[in-house]
Amino acid sequence: MIPINYYIVLSAILFTIGTLGVLTRRNALIIFMSVELMLNAANLAFVAFARAREVALGQPFFDGQIFVFFVIAVAAAEVAVGLALIVEIFKSKRSIDVDQMSSLKG
Amino acid sequence: MFLAEATQSGFFFLAPWIVFAPVLGLLINGIFGHRFSEKLVGTIASAASGAAFIVSVLLAYSVSVNHGELVRWQLAEWIHIGDLQLDWTFRVDSLSTTMMLVVSGVGTLIHIYAIGYMHEDVRFKGDPGRFPRFFVFLNLFIAAMMILVSGDSYLMLFVGWEGVGLCSFLLIGFWFEMDTLARPSWANSNAAKKAFITNRIGDFGFLIAGFIMFWNFRSFQFDEVFAAGQAAAPGIILAITLFMLVGVAGKSAQIPLYVWLPDAMAGPTPVSALIHAATMVTAGVYLIARSAPLYTLAPQAQTIVAMTGAVTALFAATIAVGQYDIKKVLAYSTISQLGFMVAAVGMGAFAAGMFHLITHAFFKALLFLSAGSVILGLERGHHHADHAHHGKGKKGKHVLSKVEGRKEERSHDAHEEVRRVEPVETFDPNDMRNMGGLRKTMPVTFWLYMIGTLALAGIFPFAGFWSKDEILADAFNEGFTAVYWLLTVAAFFTAFYMGRQIWMVFFGEPRHEAAAHAQESPTVITVPLMILAFLSILGGALNLPGLHTLTEWLEHTIEVHAGEFVWGVAIVSTILALLGIWISWLIYGRTPLKAGRPDPLKERLGAVFTGMENKWYVDELYQAMIITPFAKISQFLADVIDWRFWHDWFHETVIAGTYNWVSNVALNRYADQQGIDAFANGLGDVTQWLSATMRKVQNGFVRSYALSVLLGVVLIVGYLILK
Amino acid sequence: MTLDLILFLILALIAISTAFGMLLSRNAVYCALFLVLNFVTVAVFYLLLGAPFIAMSQITVYAGAIMVLFLFVIMLLGAESLPAAEVLPWQKPLATALAFVLAAEATFLLITRARPEGRVLQPDASANMMDNLRALGAELFSRYLLPFEVTSVLLLVAMVGVIVLIRKEKRVH
Repeated sequence: MIPINYYIVLSAILFTIGTLGVLTRRNALIIFMSVELMLNAANLAFVAFARAREVALGQPFFDGQIFVFFVIAVAAAEVAVGLALIVEIFKSKRSIDVDQMSSLKG
Repeated sequence: MFLAEATQSGFFFLAPWIVFAPVLGLLINGIFGHRFSEKLVGTIASAASGAAFIVSVLLAYSVSVNHGELVRWQLAEWIHIGDLQLDWTFRVDSLSTTMMLVVSGVGTLIHIYAIGYMHEDVRFKGDPGRFPRFFVFLNLFIAAMMILVSGDSYLMLFVGWEGVGLCSFLLIGFWFEMDTLARPSWANSNAAKKAFITNRIGDFGFLIAGFIMFWNFRSFQFDEVFAAGQAAAPGIILAITLFMLVGVAGKSAQIPLYVWLPDAMAGPTPVSALIHAATMVTAGVYLIARSAPLYTLAPQAQTIVAMTGAVTALFAATIAVGQYDIKKVLAYSTISQLGFMVAAVGMGAFAAGMFHLITHAFFKALLFLSAGSVILGLERGHHHADHAHHGKGKKGKHVLSKVEGRKEERSHDAHEEVRRVEPVETFDPNDMRNMGGLRKTMPVTFWLYMIGTLALAGIFPFAGFWSKDEILADAFNEGFTAVYWLLTVAAFFTAFYMGRQIWMVFFGEPRHEAAAHAQESPTVITVPLMILAFLSILGGALNLPGLHTLTEWLEHTIEVHAGEFVWGVAIVSTILALLGIWISWLIYGRTPLKAGRPDPLKERLGAVFTGMENKWYVDELYQAMIITPFAKISQFLADVIDWRFWHDWFHETVIAGTYNWVSNVALNRYADQQGIDAFANGLGDVTQWLSATMRKVQNGFVRSYALSVLLGVVLIVGYLILK
Repeated sequence: MTLDLILFLILALIAISTAFGMLLSRNAVYCALFLVLNFVTVAVFYLLLGAPFIAMSQITVYAGAIMVLFLFVIMLLGAESLPAAEVLPWQKPLATALAFVLAAEATFLLITRARPEGRVLQPDASANMMDNLRALGAELFSRYLLPFEVTSVLLLVAMVGVIVLIRKEKRVH
């Protein structure tokens, strides 16, 4: 019998690692992957909370899982479009280093 | 009808016309005069003055119809402030109508005379365009004098007082840019200034009296003041009357403020006659007569007034003995006779004073105008002497004479337009040493002058005898012994210097070729003189002892008593007068003065005569004691205090310097540049620095944007935790 | 020290270490592979939490489709090459610090405020897949019908968008 808290902590740790990845890495693809990791951490938290609610209510409770369902679907769509964009950028700049995409410099 | 009704009750409603008629005349002449002919200007002015005379006659008639009761006719409200309630009201009673008649009557005659006189004078001085101005000023004078005598309060009287002072200034300085001999000079304007300033000193006294009056009695109106005066403290009445005496001394030329009157002879002769003999100078006497109720309450003031008059009478008479200018003799004579009048009203003999005022107006005007005729005659003679010697075409002084034949006039026309130029020699037509033997060449003038002289000297039965005698009798009766003796000696001197004048001017041989060629004056000049001579002869009938017509007339207004006729006084004064004339004949008549010889009295009296000649050095004394220190003080105040201290140091250095320092250094440099500019520029600099710094945030790197998002999240979550 | 706890700890360790591996790895392919492993581990967690359907769809969609797509693009773009020198020197330390702070804050919040009660299921209790699936489907098509339909539209739009992006490219050339 593991307390739900453990899953929450794990989710937080994973989210943090994902954040670090977004902020630290320069490769656009790896940043994207870190974003996926963050989403995943959030999904884990959703499911953990759904489970906790189910335990508290004493009857089945699926809303968290349905959320995750939608998140996964949207993440898939997002990855598709995002990767298409990265490919486009690569075609014009010949690089996927985000530090080189600083034309909006003020 | 209306006229009948007015005849019954009186023409009081006409009262304002004594002022309005002359004002109308002066307005017409002032605005349109330059377009009129000289005759028209003179006629309008004389008609205005004559209208005032007719109204005065009607008013006098109305007063008599009204049994001498006072009538106060209000024209307009003037000042209504708190306690001060003043209106322009005409006071028509026996005293004021008497003055009105004298002023307008003699004034009208002089207006007519002036037409002829000024016609010659403006051509002699070379400015014919100035003719209308003279009549404007004369009418203005009549108007102001009428305001003075008809005023119902001391303040209205003062308005007229000031007005006649102004007219005196304007008329004395009529030829302001030259002197009497028509040379460019300050002399005439200085004389006018002297008259005005000396009068001002007198006005100062009058004003102080007025202030004391108002402070204590809360009114200026005559009746209210007299009523309140009965209950007032004697000190106050004394103060008022003595300060009024200062005013009288200024206006009526008594000691010590008489010095302006001899200098006033610089004005044209009609001016001297009207203002400085007959009317303006008598305003002081009128003032005291009007203030009779106040003076009777203050016996010490009365004594002082009487003594002032008596001393002035003798003092001026002695100066007249040593004068050579024909008009100056008459001027000092006027001062002396005014002394008689002031002494009379000072003693309480108001009727005698007014009587002498009237008769003096007649014969002094006659004397002055005749002197003017003499002067004109001499000028004509000089002109002819010039032409006789140097022929026509000579540019000298030009005088146009109406007596000469028409052919002369045509040839003179060419000269008339020529501007006056420098005379070749300085011939003084006023100087008696240039005259002599004019009895033969100017007979009419001679007889007129004789009549005037006899009247002035007080020879029976001329007018002067009756009036002067009444004063002496009253002095004797009332116990004013000092006054009586002073006046008697003055009467002796009066006869003496007038006799001297007659012998020097009309008898003997002409001492100058101008006198030899002198000519009689035209009728427009001599006719008014004849009227005045007529009045001088018969004027005594106004107040014959026993009949006392004038005394009874004046009794309606002021408390007077009929003087008794004292035979002794009359005989003494007549003997002294005849003695004076006889002694003058001995000195001047028996052996007439030769040309170039000094005055015979010089050897006999020596230093005394020199004193008389030089007016006892009074003018020099005033100059040294008052005028020079005053000028020095003014100079000091103007140069040192006002200019060097106030302007240069205080204004320039202190105020302007401080202001400049404040604006340049304090405000400009410190406040504005280092303060405000620094602040404003600093704001801009700070904004620039801030934006330059903030700009670095927009480095274009997505990662740093993401970092700032994370930072925001951390902060918000931290805030939520801490909450 | 029950079996559940040991299982959980091992799985958690694997998850975290794969995540770190993804973070620190220089090679992009290695990152992707580490991530796949992470996803699978998370799927197991789902199973333990009584969400079998989600676990399966995680493996199928996330690990199977999305990561494969990633791998395709990595291969396509030759993304193994390392970029040049670092231009933002303060990025890494600051990010690390902030991330730790965030982790601490999040943990603190979630544990003290949210306070989820309860314990997880036993591993065997979650094996009843049929009930879960049926119930989920019923929920999806009743209460969450609209989001479901919208999601399908979203997927369509994504597809169209990708094709548009690609097609534009071709027109230019």
